Amino acid sequence: MSNTPDTPARERPLSPFTSIYRWPVTMATSITHRITGVGMALGLILVAWLVIALANGPGAYETFTDAAQSPLGRLVLFGFAWAVSFHLFNGIRHLAWDMGFGFKLPTASATGIGVYVLSILGAIGLFVLAYCKAGLL
Amino acid sequence: MSVRTPYSRVQGLGAARSGTQHFWLQRASAVALIPLSIWFAYAAIQLVGLSYEEAFSFLHEPFNALALALFVLAAAYHMTLGLQVVIEDYVHTEGTKLALLLVNKAFGWIIAAASVFAILRIAL
Repeated sequence: MSNTPDTPARERPLSPFTSIYRWPVTMATSITHRITGVGMALGLILVAWLVIALANGPGAYETFTDAAQSPLGRLVLFGFAWAVSFHLFNGIRHLAWDMGFGFKLPTASATGIGVYVLSILGAIGLFVLAYCKAGLL
Repeated sequence: MSVRTPYSRVQGLGAARSGTQHFWLQRASAVALIPLSIWFAYAAIQLVGLSYEEAFSFLHEPFNALALALFVLAAAYHMTLGLQVVIEDYVHTEGTKLALLLVNKAFGWIIAAASVFAILRIAL
């Protein structure tokens, strides 16, 4: 809180942190949800770039599509697709928890693994559809 | 609709300044983003491989323009709420935290306004 001094008089004992605990899948999904959330801020910048480029004309749009089709662009877009996919599936898991479903530890672990599997399949699925659309598959 | 407690309403601040309202708006925008993000994934795939004119006419469609604008607004709102919690969790120096919270709000508004303005330029 605001009254806490920046440098304590002596080192205070700390509760065990992530480096101490073994990593159950629920802990992994929790931090992955946060990382994908922060990462998608970049994704929204790309969406803004897309619509601004489209509004500005063919030259600006070509700059965008060139960047999107570059190897780095494809990697970033795959990351974006996976982040959206993960955050969507895990977000639904969170909403179920908020309504009181799926809180038993074996259930939470199983749905956690399920979310990882679904999110990877979702991202690959989106890319397969996109490549088919572009006539590359 | 409000899920704030009577005490919170009387005090006008809410738990931890505005905890319940923040929690609720995060969930409300999350629910909105389920159909909107699925539509966005569909739209993103539709745009792949299109020429400039084809991509432009896709977003010139009133329904597509409206759906994309709603997606961007809900996503920017949800993002601002989420990033606020991340900042509050990890930044413990009051001055830096306040500055970052303001930057976060500005970022959300700029992304939303710039995107919606561009979508309007395409749609109208």
